[in-house]
Formats: sequence, structure tokens, C-alpha cells
Amino acid sequence: MSEQVKHTLNPNNWVGAHSDYLFNYTITRVDNEELAKDIVQETFFSGLKAQHNFRGQASERTWLISILKRKIIDHYRKINSTKGKAEIKVNFYEDGDRKGSWLEERVPKMWDNEAEKNIENDELKNALNSCIDNLPEKYRMVFVMKNVQHYETEEICNELGITASNLWVIIHRARHQLRKCLEGNWFAK
Amino acid sequence: MSNKFFINCDEATAICNKNQYKEATLWEKIRLMMHLLICKKCGMYSKQNTTLTKACDKHLHKCEKEYKFSEKEKEVLQKKVTEKMK
Repeated sequence: MSEQVKHTLNPNNWVGAHSDYLFNYTITRVDNEELAKDIVQETFFSGLKAQHNFRGQASERTWLISILKRKIIDHYRKINSTKGKAEIKVNFYEDGDRKGSWLEERVPKMWDNEAEKNIENDELKNALNSCIDNLPEKYRMVFVMKNVQHYETEEICNELGITASNLWVIIHRARHQLRKCLEGNWFAK
Repeated sequence: MSNKFFINCDEATAICNKNQYKEATLWEKIRLMMHLLICKKCGMYSKQNTTLTKACDKHLHKCEKEYKFSEKEKEVLQKKVTEKMK
């Protein structure tokens, strides 16, 4: 007979034992320190409320992580549903005969040849990062998870509670916005 | 996305973006190539998009920094948790 270890919860020691781990887990998903700290705190509070559901099969940390994952999805759902229609600029005609064609003012302009060849430039790094910072949060989170943290598409979808087609629409819009932003701030002729 | 052979610029750039992560399907890539043959604007987009990808690969890196709550923050947080236990 295999003896299973029965795990227990010890909230008096949660912060010391898990807060930094949960913080690091959260930051790679939400990309914002203050927000990550808030989410960790919320996780502990929810954990307290749900203590009676703990069956002792998983470790305390695994159990807290499962609550944390829920919190991240809730957060993403919240920012995903906020009606900020001015959030990101439209690039194409949305209806009529020309539906799906470039809007005049959004057509890519010729870039400076030298700048385009010189992508090693460190100042480009700053320009790129500030363009990413300017993305609305729901786009920034997905873009960062994909391009900085290199999460798999499926993983991002699971962690944020979105479908793959949602994800590609978000990436599509984020990249349009970044291209345009860099065109203005870096590659302009 | 529809299954038609000729796609518009919105659809073409969407495939182009997906393709930056090597996740476009063969059928998507074929339609993108067809579109790029006839559309200079999207051709420009596609070229610049490749540059954007290169810039991202070059300049964006996972931060290996260890994030930590300060001792003070931990103390406050544990106090809050303990409070709530009562």
C-alpha cells in the first residue's frame, strides 16, 4: 500500500513561503509589478476563503497557483471587456465596397533604408519598448507573453481564457500598432 | 477567416502576422503569396513586418530578474492575511 502524504495549509506562513514565487509567476503574465502584487494578495485572500475546499492531495503551493491562475483569467477578462473603443486605431475600411482595404492614412510609408538595415541599434530598443508600453493592456499582455516570454499559443489561450482566433486578432492589431508607432518614431524617412 | 482564394488586405496582413511566428497554415501562406503578387501596400507591410520581427528577436529578452516583495511588504501582507483568518 502506498502511503500518500496528506498536505496541509498553513496560512500563517503563506507570505514567507510563497509570495515571491507567486509574484514571479504573475509578473511574466501581467507585466506590471504593482498589479502583480495586488493579484498575489487577492490570491491569498481567496485561498483563505476557500480553505475548506482543500483536500490535501496537492501541495499548498500548487493549490495556491491554481487560485492564482483563476485570478489572472479574471483580470484578463476584465480588461478585455472594458469598452474602450478608442483603444486601438482601425487600419482598414470596416464595411462597404472597400471592406478590408487599407485606410489611406494607415497605408505603410516607405521607411528609411539605413534605419531599416541598422536594427542592432540600442536606441531602437528603447523606441520599441516605449511603443510596446503604449499598447492597451489587453494587447500588451498577449504580445509580451508571445514575444518576450515565448509562451506557446495554446498556453497563452489557456492562461488568459481566450481562443486561438482571439489571440491572433489581438496579435494582428498589436503588430499593426507597433509597426505604425515605430514608423513614426524610428523608421520615418 | 473565410475560405475564399482571394483575400483582402486586412486578411492578408493577419496571415502575415501569424506567419511571423511560423504558425500560418500552408493554405494561408498560399493565399498570402497570391495577395502579395497583386498588392504593393501589403508587400511593403510584409517587408516591414519582417523587420519588426527581427527587431523584436534582437531586442526583447526574457527578464531573468528575480522579483521579490520587500521584507516590509511581506510583513504587511502576512499581517493582512493573519487578520483575515480571524
